[in-house]
Amino acid sequence: MNNTQLKKLACRVRLGVIEAVYSAKSGHPGGSLSASDIFTYLYFKELNIDPKNPKNPDRDRFVLSKGHCCPGLYSTLALRGYFPAEELKSLRHVGAMLQGHPDMKGTPGIDMSSGSLGQGLSVACGMALAAKLDNKDYRVYALLGDGESEEGQVWEAAMFAAHHKLDNLCVIIDCNGLQIDGPVAQVCSIEPIDKKMEAFGFEVMTIDGHNFDEIADAFENARKTEGKPFAIIARTTKGKGVSFMENQVGWHGAAPNAEQYAQAVKELTAELEELEGAE
Amino acid sequence: MSVTVKKATRESFGEALCEVAKVNDKVIVLDADLAAATKTSIFKKAYPDRFIDCGIAECDMVGISAGLATCGKIPFCASFAMFSAGRAFEQVRNSVAYPKLNVKIVGSHAGISVGEDGATHQCNEDIALMRVIPNMVVLNPADHYEMLAAVKAAADYYGPVYIRLGRLAIESFNDPENYNFEIGKGITLRDGNDITIVATGLAVGEALKAADELKAESINARVINIHTIKPLDEDLIVKAAKETGKIVTVEEHSIIGGLGEAVASVLAEKYPVPVKKIGINDRFGYSGPATELLKIFGISKDNIVKTVKEQL
Repeated sequence: MNNTQLKKLACRVRLGVIEAVYSAKSGHPGGSLSASDIFTYLYFKELNIDPKNPKNPDRDRFVLSKGHCCPGLYSTLALRGYFPAEELKSLRHVGAMLQGHPDMKGTPGIDMSSGSLGQGLSVACGMALAAKLDNKDYRVYALLGDGESEEGQVWEAAMFAAHHKLDNLCVIIDCNGLQIDGPVAQVCSIEPIDKKMEAFGFEVMTIDGHNFDEIADAFENARKTEGKPFAIIARTTKGKGVSFMENQVGWHGAAPNAEQYAQAVKELTAELEELEGAE
Repeated sequence: MSVTVKKATRESFGEALCEVAKVNDKVIVLDADLAAATKTSIFKKAYPDRFIDCGIAECDMVGISAGLATCGKIPFCASFAMFSAGRAFEQVRNSVAYPKLNVKIVGSHAGISVGEDGATHQCNEDIALMRVIPNMVVLNPADHYEMLAAVKAAADYYGPVYIRLGRLAIESFNDPENYNFEIGKGITLRDGNDITIVATGLAVGEALKAADELKAESINARVINIHTIKPLDEDLIVKAAKETGKIVTVEEHSIIGGLGEAVASVLAEKYPVPVKKIGINDRFGYSGPATELLKIFGISKDNIVKTVKEQL
């Protein structure tokens, strides 16, 4: 799969995010869009998974620690064939399969329920440790937010991961720079996040989280790293792909109105068509 | 009759872990730098490869346990009740109970009998905290033999379980020869029709002594041991209310949110009778020898006898 194909898929993931959040009249588009390229790469290139056998004990695991960005994950899972894309339209509705935050009991492809920030890396450590204990070679991935990294439990888990040499664990921190109350740098800075992760015993790589060459390179390095866990610091744009959502704090957790929805779909569709033309 | 054992339930717990680990290789034990105190150290010695010390990071420990459980392990994660049920409450709720993962949360040093460590470590709120979470089973074994059986039952049961352990050595009263533990089934230890004493954990031993003393004064108190606070054996409680008309509950826990309120709640809806709750009366404890504190706070044979007489 080449980069154009990946870009096209990411575009469709973003369209699914807009569809889902618009249908729900609530949800979190900003962080879903900033992580869409990472979701795409993980589910279409990186993870050893089978949508037909989502509970395979030997599969790679993915924990969406920043659970509120599930519209991005749901859209990716639908595109990958875990469930029909129609489900996206009932996100957050009463009785819907797709809950406001991930529910592993109800949604195929979700490896862990999440949503309360700061807890996912601990769970991913448990999964990675289980692989070590059972001599299995599956890998574990956890996606965290930069704002989320203000939670103390993240650092408890980081210490644990390095202490136990969990080299089957790869953490991705989606650094889109914004949290609910404003820029992370102003609310409570996490920087220098790369040096912090290094100091906690991780092999670290900082990348442009929207560049598929760099994403590929980072995951490849993660696989090669032995004896320590790996952290990818992904510098991203919150709201990426929808002009009026980009770098706007207000789009952390708000749904577009009909006019904004149409505009967002127009922009993403135009991008998709451009990519198709380029092929 | 079997040999009476005087042992803290935390010690029994450590021994029980080794027993279940022998027959179930999925059992794994985690602690947060308190192995010597929670007695997971007994397991650590027997099964070093299946023991994980998470360091002083209880919230992380609960999350790690959740992750292990998603991969088929049966983690028992232990710390003081103050931390496993208290500090990590939200992790237990969201990362364990909501997805109904097969994690056993263990709270040692529960109640006032922690003793000298004082108020910060005397957790009188853990039963309330764990009981309120959907999907959670809450066990509070009363003696050595009950703890052995409870740990086995918890390992065999699929889903989240909270197990409460005590620090203080207490005398056993159960006979292992004919003892049967079933999650959710209370045990009538003494028959009687004048009043019912419903007790849990360490308080059960005191309730039995109280019943014996009352018997000498021709007061026949029924004694019910509620080792499973959730799901509560409602039938047994309602039956006791119908047959004895009055209830006294005893627990080494706050009278808010614990056994007493669970019993009162069932009876209020199904068969209202007077319920008098003995427990920690909405206050913090303080330092002192455990046995002395139990007397001061009224978790004692003498206070049960006195309270029963007041109710008659």
